[in-house]
Amino acid sequence: MTTTTPETARRDPRGAEPLLSVRDLTVTFKRQGEDPFVAVDGLSFDVRPGQTVGLVGESGCGKSVTSLAIMGLLPDRGNTVTGSVELDGRDLLTLSNKQMRDLRGSDIGMIFQDPLSSLNPVVPIGRQVTEVLERHKGMSRKSAKPVAREMLHKVGIPDPDRRLTEYPHQLSGGMRQRALIAMALACEPRMLIADEPTTALDVTIQAQILALLRELVEEMDTALIMITHDLGVVAGLCDEVNVLYGGRLVERGDRHPLFHDPHHPYTGGLLSSVPSLEGDAAERLNPVPGSVADNLPWTSSCAFAPRCSNAIERCREETPAAVASGDRVLRCFNPLGGQASPAESEEDRR
Amino acid sequence: MLRFIVRRLLQLVLVIFALSVLLFAWLKSLPGGTVSAMLGERATPESREALTKELGLDQPIPVQYWSFLKRAVQGDFGVSNGVQPGTPALDLLLERFPATIELSISALLVAVLLALPLGYLAARRRGGILDNVAIVGSLVGVAVPVFFLAFLLKYWFAIELGWMPVSGRQEVGNATRVTGFFVLDGLLTREWDASLDALKHLVLPAIALASIPFAMIFRITRASVLDVLDEDFVRTARSKGLTSRVIRGRHIMRNALLPVITAIGLQTGLLLGGAILTETVFNFPGIGNALSEGFTKRDYPVLQVIILAAAGVYVLVNLVVDILYAVVDPRVRTR
Amino acid sequence: MTPTHRDARDPGTKGPRGLGSRKKERIDELAATAGASGPVDEAGAIDDTAGVSLIASAWRRLRRSPVFLVGLAITIAFVVLAIVSSWLAPHDPGEWLLYDKVSPQSNPIPGPEPGFPLGADDKGRDLLSRLLVGSRQTLIVGVCATLFGLAGGLVLGTLAGAFSGWVDSVIMRIVDVMLSIPSLLLAFSISAVASRPSQWTLIIAIAIVQIPIFARLLRGSMLAQRSKDHVLAARALGVKKSAIVLRHMLPNSLGPVIVQATLVLATAIIDAAALSFLGLGNPDDRNPEWGQMLGRAQTYIYDHPHLAFYPAICIIIVALGFTLMGESLREALDPKSRR
Repeated sequence: MTTTTPETARRDPRGAEPLLSVRDLTVTFKRQGEDPFVAVDGLSFDVRPGQTVGLVGESGCGKSVTSLAIMGLLPDRGNTVTGSVELDGRDLLTLSNKQMRDLRGSDIGMIFQDPLSSLNPVVPIGRQVTEVLERHKGMSRKSAKPVAREMLHKVGIPDPDRRLTEYPHQLSGGMRQRALIAMALACEPRMLIADEPTTALDVTIQAQILALLRELVEEMDTALIMITHDLGVVAGLCDEVNVLYGGRLVERGDRHPLFHDPHHPYTGGLLSSVPSLEGDAAERLNPVPGSVADNLPWTSSCAFAPRCSNAIERCREETPAAVASGDRVLRCFNPLGGQASPAESEEDRR
Repeated sequence: MLRFIVRRLLQLVLVIFALSVLLFAWLKSLPGGTVSAMLGERATPESREALTKELGLDQPIPVQYWSFLKRAVQGDFGVSNGVQPGTPALDLLLERFPATIELSISALLVAVLLALPLGYLAARRRGGILDNVAIVGSLVGVAVPVFFLAFLLKYWFAIELGWMPVSGRQEVGNATRVTGFFVLDGLLTREWDASLDALKHLVLPAIALASIPFAMIFRITRASVLDVLDEDFVRTARSKGLTSRVIRGRHIMRNALLPVITAIGLQTGLLLGGAILTETVFNFPGIGNALSEGFTKRDYPVLQVIILAAAGVYVLVNLVVDILYAVVDPRVRTR
Repeated sequence: MTPTHRDARDPGTKGPRGLGSRKKERIDELAATAGASGPVDEAGAIDDTAGVSLIASAWRRLRRSPVFLVGLAITIAFVVLAIVSSWLAPHDPGEWLLYDKVSPQSNPIPGPEPGFPLGADDKGRDLLSRLLVGSRQTLIVGVCATLFGLAGGLVLGTLAGAFSGWVDSVIMRIVDVMLSIPSLLLAFSISAVASRPSQWTLIIAIAIVQIPIFARLLRGSMLAQRSKDHVLAARALGVKKSAIVLRHMLPNSLGPVIVQATLVLATAIIDAAALSFLGLGNPDDRNPEWGQMLGRAQTYIYDHPHLAFYPAICIIIVALGFTLMGESLREALDPKSRR
């Protein structure tokens, strides 16, 4: 995936007022008869207009739950969401169902991982695009059709007139994902959330879809939250990267500094598990050992400690706090390289 | 699509052919053989011998089958000797069948109109009170013998309360016949009272007959909606901010209905079986009633024509359902 | 861009194949659950303990299911009643004890009196004793009809599932034609063949209707087994074909068949009542059976509904018991319901 050449970052949006501001977002799942599970734990980040922000981590780190919480798409029962998610100063978590429905699809669009299962198999592609326009732009089915056609053309679907009347199973995987993007962007939302948009696709198609996404968000000046486990995707696309582990932010930084000089051992591990063309085979693949199942509880330790190559005694006894220095945020007692100042513990802070 | 239909029609012919073999074997194996079956058990030896000759029953079996087939194709199934003595069996079938179709369609309508919304609501509020009540209700519905339910309805609503007629199909004597479907006939000829009267006679039998298809359709709808609710495309639809009406109709139900259509096709078999019982209880003059009467009176010409017709209708309905399925599901259609 | 044909044939797409294919597919879907729950771990290794743990895990889920427990309680109570009813019954169910109180004009049905808490039937026989003892015949009819249907289905299904090719084709075409006749109509036609109806013609008529369903179910789950790794492994090791079929494929295919059998027990009892009602039941009523009692009560149903009511309630409760048990078994064995 490193073959997608890292472009220069989009116009520097820093300093602008954030479009979306997530503060202390915590999502707890509680099922009857089971212990509550904290999927997202005190997560905060900003997305500025036109910016692309990555949420990176392994499956189970809470990145998809974050996106569903922002969209208000978590199941009605069995979970509690606290904190705030402000879009233009409006807290989405306090909005009514109706208000959220008006917002979804028009102000925030979303694309999902598996394009085949994410498309309704018995409704023509065209109809699935026009229904968004009918809903939010008050268009008639007829007047929405040329717009939908234009949209399909824009996402690079050849022969859009024919595709309008076709069904998802008649399209290839890449075409389906393009159609899904067309639906999410039909109303030109200011914010797009892409949840692993390329994971289910062939490698060659992945690059095309990423290039298309980059092109479209630039053209429409749409802010993008890119959710992925693949740092290669982040490298080609994101201005800012948030690395999540066990539901908490462990490191944040701008793309270039983060990639060249990862502080958190987890970020370092993720980076070295991306195959690179340079370097010899021996050091190429160095995945993070173990799995999420080994996690310690954040409440009394660093969750990552059992898998960490840099772990010290303190990591198992105290909870590291997230410390900001400049644009960089880090949650670690014993960072890589040693040049960064290690974090204090949350206990000390209180 | 056309090739698909043609292939299915060919299969239909094949099944009907197999059925005719079964029916022929059935007639041969009846007590007393075909002759007793055609003439009744009290026929004189002379007439028996005459019929044996006429039907070629002294011929080898394949020849016999061939002439049986020839007569069947010509619509000659013999003459009723019990249900309506003297009437050709085919005429009796044509006279009685519309009644059964009218009853079955009414029952299916009752079942579908109740089961679809209930199934949807039960799935949406899985584990809730409505869900549990409806599930228990559907299980009880399967466990109650149809004819007993019919008796209960008749006893309570027709005899005790007198809200509905006790038996029969229509009391207005001089109603004009057009299609043989009495409710429809009344509407077509603007004889409103005849139509209403026929409708009243349908209510109780239709409810009794609806009990089994209701239980099945409810459970399949519920399971199917539960499956669809988990689908990613429902989440996509919600992420587009669509109204719940559009999500429910276009995205959930249109997909959830696919297995339900299948189930409805299968119900025809149960409906035909249940019609035998319901029609007998309500003395409703359809083929089910003729069948049970035909059995008590050993009226085999009537029995064979009805069995063939019922099996044929069952196969035909399932053919229509398969085609309908292909129309609704583009994945089958555009293959 | 060509349509991707693989997708068009996803498991999700149930393309029609033959006439009445809907019924067949419903059966086949149930059969597929056997393949999904076979005792083979993910690595494909043959693991005999996995079979045990599957049953154990199903049992763990069932033990906590109130639906299953209610069904089980009803079933056990029913079977126990059938066994001990002869000793429980206060009178001989066949003896015309109150016949002198039956008079066609004024009192066709003797009411309750001391020693006869539910009164008698139209021949003066004690109704309570008949209900109690009736459980035995009802159990016999249900179990025999199910067993005969199961046995027929096992033979046909195993043959079709074990041999592909023409044996399979011929058997399955016969099964398909049988499936295309509405079931009550089929039972009806079969009992019409008997010159004199008896309990056994009734049982056989109900059983034959179940044969094609069991056959198709078993064939489906055996086909699912045939491509399983442990069967392939056994074949690669040169195990004899009959041994593979009987020792590997058949036992692992039985889950859905057992579920279906439980459900058939309920339908068999209801169908027996329906056939009795239509006059195709056992004319000999010295040994009572609930379906027979219900069917015969129709003569008196408007004046003495209790004659129909008691056996009907018994049938409903027992049928409900089997259905509850079957449905919760199906759910416990269905991997899909485990999420």
